[in-house]
Amino acid sequence: MADLIGRDFTPPDIRAKVTGRAKYAEDFRADGMLFCRLLKSPMPHARVRGIDTAEALSMDGVIAILTADEVPEQPGPANNILTNEPHFVGEPILAVAAVDETTAQNAIEAIKLDLEPLPFCLDPLESLKPGGPNARTDGNTVVPREGVKEIKWKPEDFIATGEGELPMGEPTTEWSYGDLEQGFAEAALILDESFVTASHSHHSMEPRTAMAYWQNGKCYVHGSSQSQAIIVPGLANYIGIEPEDLVYIAEYCGGGFGSKGGAYPTMAIPAHMSKKTGRPVLMRISRAEEYFLGSARAGFQGHLKIGFREDGRMTAVDLYLVQENGPNSGFGDMGSAAGAVSIVYTPHAMRFRGISVLTNTPPRGAQRGPGQNQMATAIEPLLDKAARQLGVDQVTIRRLNAPDNDSRYGANQGPVTSAHLREALDIGADQFGWTERSARSGQRTGSKVIGVGVGQAFHSAGSSGFDGLVRITPDGKLHVHTGVGNLGTYSYAATSRVAAEVLKHRWENTVLVRGNSSHHLPWNNGQFGSNTSFTMTRTNYAAAMDALKKLKELAAIELGGEADDYDVANETVFRRSNPSRYMTYAQAAQQAIKAGGAYSGYEAPDDINPMTRRSVEGLVGTGLIGVARDNLERRGTVPALAAGFIEIEIDVETGRIEILDYLGVADCGTVLHPQSLATQIKGGAVMGFGMACTERHIYDPKWGLPGGIGFYQAKPPSYVDVPAEMSWAAVDIPDPQNPVGAKGIGEPTMGCAAAALLCAISDALGGHYFNRTPVVRDMIVNASMGRSQSHRPLQVNTQ
Amino acid sequence: MSDTDAFEPVQTARALSSAVGHSDTAVIMSETKPEWSRRNFIKGVIASGVTVSGAVYFGPALTRPNLLSAQGVERLVALNINGQTRRVDVLPGETLAMTLRYKLGLTGTKLGCDRGECGACTVIISGTTHYSCSTLTQRVRDREITTVEGLESPDGKLHPVQQAFIDELGPQCGFCTPGQVMSAVALLEANPNPTRSEARIAMSGNLCRCGAYDHYLNGVMRAAEESQNG
Repeated sequence: MADLIGRDFTPPDIRAKVTGRAKYAEDFRADGMLFCRLLKSPMPHARVRGIDTAEALSMDGVIAILTADEVPEQPGPANNILTNEPHFVGEPILAVAAVDETTAQNAIEAIKLDLEPLPFCLDPLESLKPGGPNARTDGNTVVPREGVKEIKWKPEDFIATGEGELPMGEPTTEWSYGDLEQGFAEAALILDESFVTASHSHHSMEPRTAMAYWQNGKCYVHGSSQSQAIIVPGLANYIGIEPEDLVYIAEYCGGGFGSKGGAYPTMAIPAHMSKKTGRPVLMRISRAEEYFLGSARAGFQGHLKIGFREDGRMTAVDLYLVQENGPNSGFGDMGSAAGAVSIVYTPHAMRFRGISVLTNTPPRGAQRGPGQNQMATAIEPLLDKAARQLGVDQVTIRRLNAPDNDSRYGANQGPVTSAHLREALDIGADQFGWTERSARSGQRTGSKVIGVGVGQAFHSAGSSGFDGLVRITPDGKLHVHTGVGNLGTYSYAATSRVAAEVLKHRWENTVLVRGNSSHHLPWNNGQFGSNTSFTMTRTNYAAAMDALKKLKELAAIELGGEADDYDVANETVFRRSNPSRYMTYAQAAQQAIKAGGAYSGYEAPDDINPMTRRSVEGLVGTGLIGVARDNLERRGTVPALAAGFIEIEIDVETGRIEILDYLGVADCGTVLHPQSLATQIKGGAVMGFGMACTERHIYDPKWGLPGGIGFYQAKPPSYVDVPAEMSWAAVDIPDPQNPVGAKGIGEPTMGCAAAALLCAISDALGGHYFNRTPVVRDMIVNASMGRSQSHRPLQVNTQ
Repeated sequence: MSDTDAFEPVQTARALSSAVGHSDTAVIMSETKPEWSRRNFIKGVIASGVTVSGAVYFGPALTRPNLLSAQGVERLVALNINGQTRRVDVLPGETLAMTLRYKLGLTGTKLGCDRGECGACTVIISGTTHYSCSTLTQRVRDREITTVEGLESPDGKLHPVQQAFIDELGPQCGFCTPGQVMSAVALLEANPNPTRSEARIAMSGNLCRCGAYDHYLNGVMRAAEESQNG
């Protein structure tokens, strides 16, 4: 396979992006459309005692008010659509629909809200103290399969710890492998460190606006999501309808980074309001509202005890994580963080303990490398600290601990499909000129000091068991139906090329069908978890193989012989022994329609998802249908691994960092689409630079009010914060458990860059390790001046 | 205090501008003059009685037949957009982004923050880039406004910047792309042969969370080169 795989192409949706024709959720209009605004909680935790809407409802142009009592209640600590007990500032209490947005907002201002303030919590450690505040009335932690529980640590858990050391009481999660004690006994060096990684927002450029209307019993929703198929059951549930009664349209998504992975509750508000008013409803979400309800990365307060042999090999890791989870069910960052440690450094023995603590801050969700990337920022500088103490080079210590194909992952020490981090480090060190550059480390010109760094990160990057659906129509076109979503990585298209490749079909003659659930789409995973490249190459391969089999069978029926006597080329199926005996794909599609049965969708495999089955039913008799569940073999975790190399110059008097150069290297198996891989490596790095140095949530500790609700406060990187040019490379070794050798990569490209930058800062400062992310400017100045920092070591939400 | 008092700096600008308005109440100012500031924008919005927030959108007055607002500003205005004259009913506090997106169907101009931070709403007004979320429509009457929809030739040929952004795979999610395109187009009109670092500064008012800066810059440099050759 080499005609399409590994080559650049022009993605079919890119022209619409540069001309402004691409329509995002806020770009749709409908006759009689109303505008909806939200009344949100001004308090971090409160109970609604009363709502007086009389004045608002009497205003000209106000059509309806929707309250929490009118929308499906969400179970336990799940994210609410609307609520009478808000758990964070900005949580929606009710929605107002009006003929225009200003009227809706004026009506919001006219509503009298009587709130009873409830105790709130911003710092997980405070909540774990005996008598500390709980974020929810029923507890302060969410235990898997048990729900909300109250857990308080013992007073001695806090007394026993030294200044700045993480107290480690009862965890809710614990696992280990190997002999931890022996591991530490074998160690020549043991690091014992506490650290903090900050929560921060996703900053998708497109706010999570949604528009909805009802027509003939079906609900039509225009939304912003990273997924197309997999969002449907969840969103239908929020709306309170069956999945087949939802038409979900999302051709474009203006950024998600995990925050728009599946269905999210605010997206259902226009649908409910539209049902109530009988008119289409558009609800724009503002930038400030994105900071409130648009999800965020979980923060960690953590502790690492790491044992190293004299040569730098990691013998044992004891990891404890306290996860700042927001008030709801949150996300499993801490478990993923621990998994990442196990595979990136392959310690001989490891123990992980963790507790996820509820806080009255934005609900947490997955953000690019959830857990793994926080871990990279915490542990990679410590690897450098060990290297420095042991007199080992930073790349050498990473090579020594790096995984290979036989390495094991996580609590169960399960297998991995392939791992080539060592190769990535070698390629990077060579291409970056690591040896020469590291010789410049610490060079000072005036107040400016050079630092170099290398960082690594991991994400589990592949899934299986979803469905593929392709169709050859009587006009000879190949239609690849894809329900994966369109996050902007172009992998929806790159993975569809596998179907064209299998069928030896011209890409120019291939049509991608997507973006609207009424277009007969298969059950596919969403564009999250770096999984598209692995998962969707498999589904498209499986469907195309089914079509290929049918092409050959139809040819045998029509032209004689056995199916095995036939092959395909140039959009024809021909007899190998006599290529003049052939059918074009257009003819084969007509034959499929005549033959009926499975050939044209009258029958479908038993094991496909009901959504795929409905899609096949909608396509019956329109051509040759290839449809299959991905039952290809997959044993183990699919590791996406990345390494980043960086050179920076720090002004130690101002704390300003200039990134001089950056190179990212990916182990993503076979490269599907080089240009897009380049954008993932570099774009991930840009996001990583923000994570490392500027982005964080801040709160007023007295009232629990967020202080970062604008770009200028929360500081995602701009053009001038990143190098003017960046470089990339790929290992490009196929993964054996993918039909084209592909694995995902989107997430670790961020973590490795964040880690590399933090390592370079510490390098420039001669080995000062902050044990905190982000490292903001004043921290650099304080460190270089030998002054103490303005925050306590384990404090969260700091400036 | 009369309505025009609140616009006093604008009056000065109007005197400087050659494009003096058609009526005493028309508010026109030179975009390139220092008087065009965030402060004036906010003053203008406050004077028009609309709060400066994400809620700036046509209010109840829209439903009323009176085409003179309470402040006496003429509401039926002619805008020069993408070479065409578009007549449109504009409220005094209405932003250009809202007029473009909700009254003229030009949804290529995106709203990423609606508060002058991200640049997704960038348009070109008489040769200069502006955040249309922070530009009052009433103030750009008789000015030449170009949006992303106005770049493509009638025969479908893309502007060199658009083509270069495709060739360099500039956009990822694409939401900031129209703004990036407009900033690049304005840059190359002012400076057809920029250095990469000049381009970086010129583009720095446009945020991209996908972090596609490197590829957008590649696109700007390619467009410059191809414009020179072509």
